[in-house]
Amino acid sequence: MSDTSLHSVAPAATRGAEPELKDYFALLKPRVMSLVVFTALVGLLVAPTPVHPFLIFTSVLFIALGGGASGALNMWWDADIDRIMRRTQKRPIPAGKVSEGEALGLGLALSGLAVMMLALSANIVAGALLAFTIFFYVVVYTMWLKRWTPQNIVIGGAAGAFPPMIGWAVATGGVSVESVLMFALIFIWTPPHFWALALFMKSDYDEAKVPMLTVTHGHDATRRHILAYTVLLAVTSLGLAFTSIGGPAYLACALVMNFRFLVGAWKIWKRDTAQAEADAYGEEKRFFKLSLWYLFAHFTALLVDAALRSFGFWGGFS
Amino acid sequence: MIRATHEMHDRRRGRNMGLGLILIAFVGIVFGMTIVKVGGGQDVLGTGMVNTSANGESGQ
Repeated sequence: MSDTSLHSVAPAATRGAEPELKDYFALLKPRVMSLVVFTALVGLLVAPTPVHPFLIFTSVLFIALGGGASGALNMWWDADIDRIMRRTQKRPIPAGKVSEGEALGLGLALSGLAVMMLALSANIVAGALLAFTIFFYVVVYTMWLKRWTPQNIVIGGAAGAFPPMIGWAVATGGVSVESVLMFALIFIWTPPHFWALALFMKSDYDEAKVPMLTVTHGHDATRRHILAYTVLLAVTSLGLAFTSIGGPAYLACALVMNFRFLVGAWKIWKRDTAQAEADAYGEEKRFFKLSLWYLFAHFTALLVDAALRSFGFWGGFS
Repeated sequence: MIRATHEMHDRRRGRNMGLGLILIAFVGIVFGMTIVKVGGGQDVLGTGMVNTSANGESGQ
């Protein structure tokens, strides 16, 4: 007679399926991680101090791991509302693939590992910034603001804005006006990006009782907010062009993308819900898609200018 | 009678193999970081106790 306890069949039976590695990987929000990797890498590469290629690789890896760890902790805390919202029902915890305890354990372990390893790979400032980012995303945004205030997205957006600042700190060991403006670019970009999404995904946030601006103040107020933040964003974006990391590619990109973004925000502001429903929120969806290109184009342009500078084609505006 | 759950064992094997590869990669990363840091004569912990000019150049 075999001793089944040796093979721990019971937990699998109670939990359902045995999770695969990819289920744990999904806990790290790979799509968000790709944005973190990209912006952190740009922040690192445009900095004036050169870094050894292997340390660039390891530093960006640990920044991404820290971002992923905070994603796992977010999924652990938000498992209840993830079960309600259509967009999040397939995440590993609501889908029954990974238990909440496993997500918590993985998130905490990877957070500690990522912060320690980044501090060793780069410097203490970068490690401390990563630790603060995880704390901000998990405690300030996920646990506190998200379910409490319609400004959740505004302040919570800071968590996603830190990676280029961390990348800059990896190279320089500090914070500067350039890294603060890169932070501000993502920070101010986040509200219009998410509010556009909330306009056409309204019912999801309603059912989960997340106080999205669309739910608490209505669509018209949200449209006004989108326009206001887009104007503020244009100022920030153009300001970055005149720092040491700006250049012709970035300035051209900022002019084109901000013009398009402002036109989109203006069109959204001029509409009401009836008009939006008439074309199935086409304008809002276009604006949301444009917002993804907006950020990608800005950071790519910063890279192009850094390359131009390294080849001696351009000395920058300052 | 105990029925073998092949699918579960496959999943578990796949997970263990993956974890093994991740651990090997992690060891490689720590080794690589050590070589770069020590080889470059850098002060890894920023203590100021490392002779960063050991290879004839001033370090970080």
